[in-house]
Amino acid sequence: MLTRLDRRTLLAGSLALGASGLALPRIALAQGQGTHNLLFVLLRGAADGMAMLAPVGDPGLAALRGASLDDYANAPRIGSFFALHPAFAEVGKAVEAGEALFVHAAATAYRERSHFDGQNLLETGGTAPYATRDGWLNRLAGLLGEAHKGEAPRALAVAPSVPLALRGAAPVSSYAPSALPDASEDFMARVGALYEADSELAGLWSRALETRAMAGDDGLRNLRDASANGALIASLMQGKRGARIAMIEIDGWDTHANQRGTFARQARGLDALLAAYKSGMGEAWRNTMVLVATEFGRTARLNGTGGTDHGTASAAMILGGGVRGGRVIADWPGLAAGQLYEGRDLAPTTALESVLAGALAEHFSLDPARALGRLFPGRAATPLAGIVRA
Amino acid sequence: MSPVSIALNRFGYGLARGEQPPGDPQTYLLRQLDAYDPAPRTIAARAGTRGKTGEMLELLRSLRREMQQAGKTGMGGTVMAGPMNDMAQDNPRAAALAGLPPEYRAKFLEARRVLIDDLAVRVNVATASPAPMVERLVHFWSNHFSVSVGKPGTQFEAGPHEFAAIRPHVLGRFSDMLKAAALHPAMLLYLDQFQSTGPGSPFQQRRGRRAAQAGRRGGLNENLAREILELHTLGVDGGYSQADVTELARALTGWTVPGIGRVGRFAEDQPNGAAFVALAHEPGSRQIMGRRYAAGGPDQALAVLDDLAAHPATARHIASKLARHFGGDTPPASLVARLEADFLKTGGDLASLTRTLIAAPEVWVPGPVKFRTPFEWFIAAARLSGMDALPPQRIARVLNELGQSPWRAPSPAGYDDIAASWAAPDVLLRRVELAERMAQGAPAEDVLARAEAAFPDALSDTTRTMLKRAESGRQALALLLVSPEMMRR
Repeated sequence: MLTRLDRRTLLAGSLALGASGLALPRIALAQGQGTHNLLFVLLRGAADGMAMLAPVGDPGLAALRGASLDDYANAPRIGSFFALHPAFAEVGKAVEAGEALFVHAAATAYRERSHFDGQNLLETGGTAPYATRDGWLNRLAGLLGEAHKGEAPRALAVAPSVPLALRGAAPVSSYAPSALPDASEDFMARVGALYEADSELAGLWSRALETRAMAGDDGLRNLRDASANGALIASLMQGKRGARIAMIEIDGWDTHANQRGTFARQARGLDALLAAYKSGMGEAWRNTMVLVATEFGRTARLNGTGGTDHGTASAAMILGGGVRGGRVIADWPGLAAGQLYEGRDLAPTTALESVLAGALAEHFSLDPARALGRLFPGRAATPLAGIVRA
Repeated sequence: MSPVSIALNRFGYGLARGEQPPGDPQTYLLRQLDAYDPAPRTIAARAGTRGKTGEMLELLRSLRREMQQAGKTGMGGTVMAGPMNDMAQDNPRAAALAGLPPEYRAKFLEARRVLIDDLAVRVNVATASPAPMVERLVHFWSNHFSVSVGKPGTQFEAGPHEFAAIRPHVLGRFSDMLKAAALHPAMLLYLDQFQSTGPGSPFQQRRGRRAAQAGRRGGLNENLAREILELHTLGVDGGYSQADVTELARALTGWTVPGIGRVGRFAEDQPNGAAFVALAHEPGSRQIMGRRYAAGGPDQALAVLDDLAAHPATARHIASKLARHFGGDTPPASLVARLEADFLKTGGDLASLTRTLIAAPEVWVPGPVKFRTPFEWFIAAARLSGMDALPPQRIARVLNELGQSPWRAPSPAGYDDIAASWAAPDVLLRRVELAERMAQGAPAEDVLARAEAAFPDALSDTTRTMLKRAESGRQALALLLVSPEMMRR
């Protein structure tokens, strides 16, 4: 039986939201930014929210997605309406443990369909592509520095170069495993001297040395092993000298053709990364939040080649030891022909910026309105509340 | 930077070991327009399409079928899951390859070998070139029409795409390059065009009933159409609508790569190894950017591309990108306007555009105006160090470590062309590590004199002092390779 849902219903999962989690004492010390961690995972290429979290309770879904829905026959349900893609086995466990939630039918302010503009907007937090030059994650580092009257927390891109979301005034490091042999110490010292008078290169150089020292011998040759990658990020966020804010990008979500297999592989990779990261964070997971977002969603209907084209709303994921999880937050727009955005896409009903700002404000104990104003200026939306357990 | 240093470094790939710095900088650059060879021997031998793409895709299909069978019987599913997706990867790839039947393994290895050899040819031609500025243009345009070997089958065609669709046209007409590059098998495959068919085409009509019964849908894929408008021609603010994207996608139906299953039998050969299947083409006339295109075969898309190439938005878009590449991350508006006007006046004559660029005063500001990308830095370092040509495997590995493997950009927009994307801590450290290695195998005499020649009247006192203080010629060379002068142009 299919259930009709009121369009304005806030969907809450049937899973008990972490009785154990609620019982955990909130440690006063953990309120400061000094011990709170954030990992932002950017899914580049427009990940399909309807494949990630299939609205199986919507009567319109079968006509749009056809045989690909077989994948969800035995998939874990969140509430009666949504089924999680089966490749997200570990995420599913986190949902069950009340440590992960989804926001569905969410989108940034961007309403066109260019990856590059969409990513630009999601990363800068501006209201129009290319209107803002720095990234919201970098501004968050600055904001935390001010709010807690200290230095900006260490920020790190786990990538060979710094993605736009992390670029800006606050210093940021980058790190990615390399198969190149280390340079000799003498040579490194001379390079340091060579760059002394060059402020840009000197800054890059000192940050590179710091992060490399932190990573030690990572034993990795590249960033492609999802699980090792998750463990690596966690290792770079350990202790006082570790990064408090980190970002990683995952490519490959642009599933224009044969989406079923590709999406499953991508999802398995993301799932393994998140699981290894959580396990690597150990005790610190309690004070850690992971935000997973993508630039926009995909067409509701499969195209002629078993894929989906660029669309509008998608889903976002929030995980963490303090998250009030086990549920899906959605003002479900429906999938009937008249309900789709421009007759083709899942319609956006939640502003992704308000989700991000709300989650970050609660996680870092910031004033929500101030967080929204700084990270995503010019937005009318209210920051979403109730993401973190009170 | 001095004008000679600008001619060498901002315009080109720097001085090669043994070369003398040029006299008049503009004359030096203009002569390269004549000295450029679009098809040196090594490239001519590799420019033809391999015709292997169809084979490769058929192979992948049968492999997928076998996997599904294996999955149903509960064996081998996970071992086999890797290779199609992970061919770009190293360790997982090796592991996945080991689990394959020999005939499949041989094909995957062949694809990788072909790709690596093409890559080495690209690098070695640029390193030895007497026209490094024009080689830079080749790489600029190749990035503009970016294809990625992350997609199975494209490994055979990424090299030929640059060699046959880009190189012959860098000093020719933009419209010719557009048609050759956007409709080359590499692009047709990379952006899913090869499997896009017109919903109203005879092929779909005939197939319709059977497919509907089997629950399959067939039809249009608008990926290539969208990227042609957004990235290759008009630019994202170029004034096109979703309706233009869909209409262009319809016009493009029928363009595919030969040798693929059902449709392949009806393919008519097109230039550069593409094919056109009339049965898959959407019938009827098209309306794109306010112009009407009569019903037709392969010519319908070609006519649209010709008009897009000549559109004022395209002139603006190309001018901005070229200005950014040579004139700085935020190029002066006067430079963009100068290039735009030339493009419009000549209808996209790229030789004229290059001469206008060379003559533009905005490109001769002392600077530096750009942070070198990893690929630019590597070619400049290889030229300056004068080391022997590296083996293909090594070249592929090094470029991967530096963070910029050609034909592997993360998106159809190609690699970024701004410092913010490349001037990062880890990227710098990798260059330092590699420089020390490169200097081990290169001639290391007279490094200071080579430095003065490579950056005439542009070497800083700090760099000069550090080179003098180096404990060996090799160390001096390694320091020169990572000096601030080498990092920027």
